[in-house]
Amino acid sequence: MSSTDPAPARTQTPGEVLLSATGLQKSFGSNTVLRSIDLTVRRGEVVALVGPSGSGKTTVLRCLNGLEVPDGGTVAFAGGPSVDFGGAVSGRELSALRDHSAMVFQQYNLFPHRTVLENVIEGPVQVQKRRRAEAVEDAEKLLDRVGLLAKKDQYPFELSGGQQQRVGIVRALALRPDLLLFDEPTSALDPELVGEVLKVIKDLAEEDWTMVIVTHELAFAREVADEVVFMDGGVVVERGHPDQVLRNPRHERTRRFVQRLLHPF
Amino acid sequence: MDWELFRSSFWPILRGGLTGTIPLTLVSFVVGLTLALVLALMRISGKRLLSGIARVYISLVRGTPLLVQLFIVFYGLPSIGVVIPPWPSAVIAFSLNVAGYAAEILRAAILSVPKGQWEAGHTIGMSRQRTLRRIILPQAARVSVPPLSNTFISLVKDTSLASLILVTELFREAEQIAAFSQEFMLLYIEAALIYWVFCFVLAAGQGAIEKRLDRYVIH
Ligand SMILES: Nc1ncnc2c1ncn2[C@@H]1O[C@H](COP(=O)(O)OP(=O)(O)O)[C@@H](O)[C@H]1O
Ligand SMILES: [Mg+2]
Repeated sequence: MSSTDPAPARTQTPGEVLLSATGLQKSFGSNTVLRSIDLTVRRGEVVALVGPSGSGKTTVLRCLNGLEVPDGGTVAFAGGPSVDFGGAVSGRELSALRDHSAMVFQQYNLFPHRTVLENVIEGPVQVQKRRRAEAVEDAEKLLDRVGLLAKKDQYPFELSGGQQQRVGIVRALALRPDLLLFDEPTSALDPELVGEVLKVIKDLAEEDWTMVIVTHELAFAREVADEVVFMDGGVVVERGHPDQVLRNPRHERTRRFVQRLLHPF
Repeated sequence: MDWELFRSSFWPILRGGLTGTIPLTLVSFVVGLTLALVLALMRISGKRLLSGIARVYISLVRGTPLLVQLFIVFYGLPSIGVVIPPWPSAVIAFSLNVAGYAAEILRAAILSVPKGQWEAGHTIGMSRQRTLRRIILPQAARVSVPPLSNTFISLVKDTSLASLILVTELFREAEQIAAFSQEFMLLYIEAALIYWVFCFVLAAGQGAIEKRLDRYVIH
């Protein structure tokens, strides 16, 4: 990434605030992982969450999806649940959060005992109670979009890592969530398979899906993100337009992080 | 070797197996497995009381001889006024025993499913219970087939103990003919052979189940 690259800015204007998280705190025992994280995501916006390993990025995503219960703070979806983690939180509130977002995991976490198609329709049919025929039709369209319709009756172990992750993305899309959460979606992949997955995510960005993406692919973040949030040690150090944060960081810590990724040795 | 006795006793002993041993094994195993699932879920519930109760139960069952358990149910309970006929007594004792062993197998199998599978279930909106039923248990089932098959085959053989509480099954038939004819060696070997054939067939069945459950794993 040289400083003479033209900045491929996205043109659409961000919409209303979809997700608003404030003051998220989380400790595991004596290890304080999130100190006070604020995050706002507008409808149609792509936020890239970057930072060194162990800085708490995964924990932030998991808190947004109710997979982790923060010790404090709030998570609110426009026109949806607003959960205050200051007090006791019910399972119902956590599942309400999950109804609004879907997670794509680093390790894909596909269901190994179900075919590709069954993986995708599980949520729509079992949880959302949509008609099976309709869910199948929907799933097939989505699989076709990522080039995997021909694999619909195969089991995950028969697919490459890149294909499995594309199924993981389709499984999330099939729920028609307001917000897609990606936790290092390409980190477990062989380098030659990274491109096919990033391409799918880029297409989703162009269709104005709202996404929070944890990634170490800085060039990708610069290209698709509307905002880059840099975390370190459980706090947001810096946030802003990708060109600013990734090319002209204001903070020394951000600068060092970007340098390390660009020049690993 | 009295071949005539071998031949004429073969059917009565086999019939004891088909109408005694096998139903006793099947009923005890199904009841025991159901109980085992409840115990395994109690163990992993995270609720201290439930998991404590299950832990004590499992420890008691595994720490005492099956024969003693059987005698407590059949010969012991009547002294406190509870009289249970032989066949139900055997089913109760064997089921409770199988439950103790199978519970630990199921617990280990459930815990062997990666945590990411629970999370994937939750993230598509499934409750804990639905995730358990649709995502975790089917995967745990595959892992638990070999050890559960061992439990099952042990049970087939252990049901011979029921002859001691007067249940008509394979070994009791053999014993009665032996006592009558005084041909102990011949009849005990004949009984052993029939048990062996039963277990041989079951082991083949285990292979078939594993193969079917294996269709989604790398070979
Ligand atoms: N379930 C957990 N139990 C204990 N510690 C955890 C748990 N999850 C994460 N951590 C700790 O929290 C810190 C941040 O982890 P994580 O959010 O995964 O960071 P990142 O995704 O930025 O690499 C790490 O030190 C990690 O060891
Ligand atoms: Mg992480």
